[in-house]
Amino acid sequence: MKFIDEYRDPALVAGFLNHISSAAKRLARPVTIMEICGSHTYAIGRFGIRKLLPDSIRLISGPGCPVCVTSARDVELALYLASQPNVIFATFGDMLRVPGTGGDSLQKKRAEGADVRVVSSADECIGMALSHPQKEVVMMGIGFETTAPTIAAVVTACRKKAINNFSVFSVHKIVPPAISALLADLQLNIDGFLCPGHVSTMIGAEAYRMIADAGLAAAITGFEPVDIVEGIWLILQQIENRQTDVAIQYSRGVRPEGNVRAMALLESVFEITDASWRGLGVIPQSGLVMRAEFAAFDALKKFAIPDIHSQDIPGCGCGDILRGIKLPHDCPLFRKVCTPVNPVGPCMVSSEGTCSAYYKYY
Amino acid sequence: MKHDKILLEHGGGGLLSHDLIAQLFVPRFRNPYLERLEDSAVLNVDHRKFCFTTDSYVVSPAFFPGGNIGSLAVCGTVNDLAVCGGNPLFLSCGVIVEEGFPMASLETICDTMAEKAAQAGVQIVTGDTKVVARGAADGIFINTSGIGVIEYPSPLSVKSISPGDVIIVNGTLGDHGAAVIAAREKLSLSSDLLSDTAPLNGLIAGILQVSPHVHCMRDATRGGLGAILAEIAQAAQMRIDIDEKNMPIQDNVRGICEILGFDPLYLANEGKIVVFCAESDARTVLQTMQQHPYGRNAALIGRVGSSTPGRVVLKTIIGGERMIDLPTGELVPRIC
Ligand code: SF4
Repeated sequence: MKFIDEYRDPALVAGFLNHISSAAKRLARPVTIMEICGSHTYAIGRFGIRKLLPDSIRLISGPGCPVCVTSARDVELALYLASQPNVIFATFGDMLRVPGTGGDSLQKKRAEGADVRVVSSADECIGMALSHPQKEVVMMGIGFETTAPTIAAVVTACRKKAINNFSVFSVHKIVPPAISALLADLQLNIDGFLCPGHVSTMIGAEAYRMIADAGLAAAITGFEPVDIVEGIWLILQQIENRQTDVAIQYSRGVRPEGNVRAMALLESVFEITDASWRGLGVIPQSGLVMRAEFAAFDALKKFAIPDIHSQDIPGCGCGDILRGIKLPHDCPLFRKVCTPVNPVGPCMVSSEGTCSAYYKYY
Repeated sequence: MKHDKILLEHGGGGLLSHDLIAQLFVPRFRNPYLERLEDSAVLNVDHRKFCFTTDSYVVSPAFFPGGNIGSLAVCGTVNDLAVCGGNPLFLSCGVIVEEGFPMASLETICDTMAEKAAQAGVQIVTGDTKVVARGAADGIFINTSGIGVIEYPSPLSVKSISPGDVIIVNGTLGDHGAAVIAAREKLSLSSDLLSDTAPLNGLIAGILQVSPHVHCMRDATRGGLGAILAEIAQAAQMRIDIDEKNMPIQDNVRGICEILGFDPLYLANEGKIVVFCAESDARTVLQTMQQHPYGRNAALIGRVGSSTPGRVVLKTIIGGERMIDLPTGELVPRIC
């Protein structure tokens, strides 16, 4: 683990913190930086970074937690698919406890007898489908450009092996359109963005050009403490110099053009479509559905989907939190009614959710 | 929200388990012995103090690197007795086994139990076997109960913890959890991960012999060090400060946690205790541990403060702070 230690070196962190605090003094005004990705929210909490920054530097969380931005309707659809007879519903664990419109969750469905299984990687589904030929294995495809290629790989493998009892319920989304939607949001008051390192290894740095073009700072940043404080410092430098750009802090992972092969794999299975995000509404060209050639692996085509009633959870402020307009403390339910044990909204469920990170770490 | 069905999480050792015990079991069984909710009940019989405990083992897979369900069943119960200051003497063994379970596996499990019992100096003096139809249990479940005698003069209990106490663990954290997860996920990268399952009564007896000011001990099993400390801080209504840089954690455990998104502080241990003692005894306790084979990597990891409310604050490696709370949810990897 020497590799990680280098990026957790307290002396290096202290050095960047010094730079940050002198830059903050020179700027002499509040600066708001949004971390787009839930992994950043989590890491900032886990290492206690917020408290180490000067008061004038405010970090807010954005829409980059896949579970949190999954729309109420998609949650309902997942619950519907999981309850179908003869279905093994495979999901990443963070989805288990997300409450649906009527308070149900995959976890509760499982307790009632549904066959819901937590997987840590999509390729576990192949074995599952092979050993249960009489059942249909439905994988919930959730996540951004980092996860979607892994699902695409499994779908491609299943087609090659003629495994016919496997399908994907895709709620995959892509990051740049969500950022564009935020940039167009007049209520938003942001000076710069910490862009997610791992997504960027896939899509490349140029995908964030619209941030710089809009006159805001951006830094593609890794997830270790040294990465994060360095990323913040790069953003402050851009603000000080009045020269916005897409800085690459995470140079050990990101190439300007991204991971062309993984993206090609993704595009061979999925195509881009409009998608509904919790909090942000329908964002054009921001979701991934399976191409027509893969209809045999598309759960939404394999199952007859009835009219599904869904509604955002009354009282839950996740929507505003995902847009960076509110903090968990602004939600009247936070800590009082909504806790990790009894989560009212998805932001309290996922380990990358803003409410969960604030509950756990502050 | 009240749950009308039992969820897996009710058995996870986190907040829901707590609620279940506090709201369902304790009110119905209420008595002063139970209410202390320590690892063992401490019983007074004819002016002698005994400790009594029980635990069920359902680990999956039943065989994992560094042990099997049998070693857990003996060591876990022995340790529950020992951390209450007891000298473990007798165990019971109840086995629930599924039709079709390989006889050879059962033999291996029982051989292991006999070996661990001998190592701990306890005898398995009574037992029970039930076989259930295929599908009615997953392989094998074992329950063990145990009895020990307490000779340490002062009570070891959360109530005895005082401000200024130091917190010491006897070695690296999260080994058992990491080994079982690796075995479950069939991760090849982690072939060197071994469970730390061990009977700690010898180590503990050594500590109690040299240190008159041990105040409380716990074995950091399900929920790991994090859950134990959060529980204690709450029960004692005292603030606990721990320092991430002093936490002994093996590199390979950290590695698997990084990959799967776990926090080693919440991973289970089966051979680790947390000792709260007066600062004056800190060196003696630490040295005694370090001379014992099960305590070589012992470390002082934190202190008890006086300020309320009871909560655990971890100083991160880079000098930040974060709260350590009871874990919630099943242990699941992050998805993005
Ligand atoms: S605290 Fe709970 S209810 Fe409020 S915004 Fe967060 S998840 Fe929603």
